[in-house]
Amino acid sequence: MYIEKVTGKMIEIKINGKVFKADNGMTIIEAAKLAHVKIPTLCKHDDLPATASCGICVVKIKGNRKLLRACCTYIEPNMEITTHDGELYEVRKNVLDLILSSHPFACLTCLRNGDCELQTLSEEFGIRSRPYKEMLQPGPKDASTQAIVLDPVKCIHCGRCVEVCQNIQKVYALEFVSRGFESRIAPAGDISMADSPCIKCGQCSAHCPVGALVEFSEIPKVWAALGNPEVFPIVQLAPAVRVAIGEAFGLPAGTILTKKIYALFRRLGFKAIFDTNFGADLTIMEEGSELINRITTGKGAMPLITSCCPAWVDFLEKYYPDLIEHFSTAKSPHEMVGALAKTYYAEKEKINPASMFVVSVMPCTAKKYEVSRTADMSSSGFQDVDVSITTRELVRMIKSSGIQLLDLEDEEADNILGSYTGAGTIFGATGGVMEAAIRTTYFLLTGKNLDKLDVEVVRGLKGVKTGEIDVNGKKIRVAVAHGTGNVRAVMDELRAAKKAGGPMPYDFIEVMACEGGCIAGGGQPYQVTNAIRKKRTEGIYADDKKSTLRLSHENPDVKKLYEDFLEKPLSPKAHKLLHNHYKPRPLYYK
Amino acid sequence: MNKQYIFVWEPETQKDRPVYNKIVKLVNEKTLTDRFEVIRSPFIGFTTNGPIVRIMPENVIYTKFKVEDVEDIIDAHLKWTRVEKFVLTYDNKNLPVQEKDTTSKQFKIVLRNIGYMDPESIDEYILRGGYKALEKTLFDLNPDKVITEMKASGLRGRGGAGFPTGLKWELTKKEPGPQKYVICNADEGDPGAYMDRSVLEGDPHSVLEGMIIGGFTIGANQGYIYIRAEYPLAIERLEKAISAAKEKGLLGQNILGTDFSFDIELRWGAGAFVCGEETALIASIEGKRGNPRPRPPFPSVSGLWGKPTFINNVETWANVPVIIEKGGAWFASIGTEKSKGTKVFAVTGKVTNPGLVEVPMGTTIREIVYDICGGIQYNKKFKAVQTGGPSGGVIPEKFLDMPIDYESLQSIGSIMGSGGLIVMDEDDCMVDVNKFYLQFSVDESCGKCSPCRIGGIQILSLLNKITKGNGEKEDLDKIKSISLAMQKASLCALGQTTPNPVTSALLYFEDEYMRHIENKKCLTGKCRDLVEYVVITDKCIGCGLCAVRCPVKCITGEKRKPYIIDQKACIKCGECYTVCKFAAVKRG
Repeated sequence: MYIEKVTGKMIEIKINGKVFKADNGMTIIEAAKLAHVKIPTLCKHDDLPATASCGICVVKIKGNRKLLRACCTYIEPNMEITTHDGELYEVRKNVLDLILSSHPFACLTCLRNGDCELQTLSEEFGIRSRPYKEMLQPGPKDASTQAIVLDPVKCIHCGRCVEVCQNIQKVYALEFVSRGFESRIAPAGDISMADSPCIKCGQCSAHCPVGALVEFSEIPKVWAALGNPEVFPIVQLAPAVRVAIGEAFGLPAGTILTKKIYALFRRLGFKAIFDTNFGADLTIMEEGSELINRITTGKGAMPLITSCCPAWVDFLEKYYPDLIEHFSTAKSPHEMVGALAKTYYAEKEKINPASMFVVSVMPCTAKKYEVSRTADMSSSGFQDVDVSITTRELVRMIKSSGIQLLDLEDEEADNILGSYTGAGTIFGATGGVMEAAIRTTYFLLTGKNLDKLDVEVVRGLKGVKTGEIDVNGKKIRVAVAHGTGNVRAVMDELRAAKKAGGPMPYDFIEVMACEGGCIAGGGQPYQVTNAIRKKRTEGIYADDKKSTLRLSHENPDVKKLYEDFLEKPLSPKAHKLLHNHYKPRPLYYK
Repeated sequence: MNKQYIFVWEPETQKDRPVYNKIVKLVNEKTLTDRFEVIRSPFIGFTTNGPIVRIMPENVIYTKFKVEDVEDIIDAHLKWTRVEKFVLTYDNKNLPVQEKDTTSKQFKIVLRNIGYMDPESIDEYILRGGYKALEKTLFDLNPDKVITEMKASGLRGRGGAGFPTGLKWELTKKEPGPQKYVICNADEGDPGAYMDRSVLEGDPHSVLEGMIIGGFTIGANQGYIYIRAEYPLAIERLEKAISAAKEKGLLGQNILGTDFSFDIELRWGAGAFVCGEETALIASIEGKRGNPRPRPPFPSVSGLWGKPTFINNVETWANVPVIIEKGGAWFASIGTEKSKGTKVFAVTGKVTNPGLVEVPMGTTIREIVYDICGGIQYNKKFKAVQTGGPSGGVIPEKFLDMPIDYESLQSIGSIMGSGGLIVMDEDDCMVDVNKFYLQFSVDESCGKCSPCRIGGIQILSLLNKITKGNGEKEDLDKIKSISLAMQKASLCALGQTTPNPVTSALLYFEDEYMRHIENKKCLTGKCRDLVEYVVITDKCIGCGLCAVRCPVKCITGEKRKPYIIDQKACIKCGECYTVCKFAAVKRG
């Protein structure tokens, strides 16, 4: 997440001969927007600080004999900027020609075809020929994580992935190795990504301008299942997907398309349509009960930390293995739905679970890793979720099917794993799991519902949010952190308190690995910024607000599930199907 | 005083230092330790392959001798005579490069102590006036006065860019904050340049003294010297100098009893040329990948660990004590209007006497090449000099009499650079020389920004194409387009200057490029695909020497009749051309 420097001090600058007033903290590329100029760039992403690597955004400053980069040069009082002229066009086009000479012309077979920043810029610059000899720098293609694929030959060295991996997520999996023309992206030591500290969050792939870092595509497996009459294909939809997928079809961020997506799933041939939000409601019942158990019995480590984010689980297992005991043992919502589909639903509908093929549509690349993370992910006797695809993969499936998503009539999900409350839907945004848990634990502890269901203190994009919730005079201290870079502060605090044997600073901590939560996950549509994060979040909270039921414990199907099948939260059956174990993992396997 | 000093330099390949050890052994055996002092010398620049011994005060330089000859040399000097057959002589009447003499065109400020004292002895440095400037700074001046003197001196950064040093100090001093840093850039890397190495090996204290004065001036307590790991003797001497200065209370806590404390640490470079760029150097000291970052902010505002930092190179630092001691006005009296003081050049290439030269700014290339360095070897014809290493450009004959300073060099398409000066003669091919520099820059690009990463290797591939005989006229336009992109859009000076050798060569030697492209000929024979060796039948007397010397035996013929070269088998080595005593082999 890149926060523009706002000083509040307005200064006068001249852009292309016209005077503008702009904030002193702006870079030239930001200030140029005031003059309605979008300065071309391949490396600057609105969501990240400048890496200053492509060399395309150069502009002229009066009195400076050099061209300066607009992405990283801050404006100064009375600066006179020229954003475009014949010479700048020539320089920029020459740089672009050079970049194109080292990028394979394999657009037709590239995953980013039609959605590639280099392709777009080439189109905008009217590139009609390739003056320089093709010189590619092939490196080993790395699909070892089965979640993210790195293809160095396509890399244009913008450095966004390194920036996001090291400075935003603070995972330090990706780095430039070697130098000069031979430099390329790889984990330090030139090992495979699976052997590196990579947590599969996929933020690298969400920010890559080209097809060098993409999700591990599993679309063919889904089509194969949909085309096989022996298979009973099931799909479930994650909360964050519904507020972002519209962007790929020209709708504003935050547009809620839940019921059109249900209809789409039926058109695609899925035989049962479930909602991961149901799993979210169930997670709250299990995790909330676990929290209450730990508080009331004093057994189990406090504070309790949420575990629905697989990238976060991987991060903690690697970087903070000493804190594993604080993890909630509850599985993530889509794993719960998968396990119940192949047990409860299979029994109820008399379908052979072996024939079932569960597809999760997730905003996330780490879910691809999660589905086979441990033996616990096969608690139904089969792999509970067969394939997890990202929002971006679903978009490609929609496009190749020809179905006009926006023209479809609304439809409903299937019973019984398809209904959800507002508490389930807010899982998609940072603070949402916490808020949903507060609503339900308050009820479980006091027997009555909160007067005001909106828990504002845990909402918003601040990196770490802390607060206290008054439950009948007892204060529950909570912390919400998102973006693993921000999480470190909270975990270090916890670790220090543990080491000192002193009082713990919190009772309950929510963590999501991506900044903004799942709404800005590594599998979501491209070009995320804080403005888009806000809009997607608004969509999530609007979905909650308009729900008639906004408390997980009031979901009638969840209640029925416990009555019919699971008995009660934390029952032996619930433990078998809905909970899992963790283990310390090394940062480097090699 | 009858004491004599024996300075010994041996190539780095001779790790066990046979000559040095032999002399030490002899001096000990003959109990001559009171008479002779044996010192390992910095490389003084005579390009001989073997060791060099220089004996002071007689100032006799021996080369091309064997280890066994050492005893004769010692015995001769014991009697104040010399062994003539090994004494280095010069082809002309000019004095040796390293000489300090009023009749020479040289002027020694930076090299003032080199070769005249034991670089490992702080006492000798002090005897020669060392640390007086520090004393003056601490007791007679204050930071503002130091900056006034530095600004008055007109000293500009000797790393190449020529930014006014006094102004840089002032900017860094102005920055608020208790923590600031001072850095000495000793990551010298231009091919053929060894000015900084000689200073560090021959006079390390002058650099330390400059840095301590700098630290006092801007209010820093910590200095770093970023030095190439390939300079082991310089590292060793710096380490010794630092600990000697600490022992004497000239470095460390409460320097000379004042409140001022300052420490210096070494950081070794790991062999990346780009780490000589200041922002990459800072990243490297911080333990990060040595990639440059955008400026502004300049290091004077946000440098090492985000703190105000000033970086100067070795030669700049070595000037500081002299400026403080003699005053800025004195220094400003030397040189040209905009470039003050002296500049050290490492003159290499086709000159008779290569070596380190220190001349006042405004000296002409002719004075350096002909008057000081004895002109072109073997009476060949001068072609050009390259200043500024791979970032600079070629200077053709017509500028031989131009006084050199920062501005004049820039105006003709080259740069001052750090002081490498490579002399080329008629046997050097411009395209071939450009290929060499491009290859260097391509190897040393960090790979961060696209114009430099891709542009360099694209120009190199076009040059290779031209020297292989496949050049087309459009290739020059392509080279010009790529050069524009690199010069205008690269992030750091490495990328911005990589095309300079080529662009300046195209300015002055375009005809030579065209000959490669249109006629497919390289007259120097350097581009082997573009040269042919043919026997001129009228001139060949049939001696057969060429056939004997030909490494691939492709020359045949009968005695006393013209010989014939088999063009298909010929590897274009040029041996026949060189050995023929009758100029009967034509190159073209």
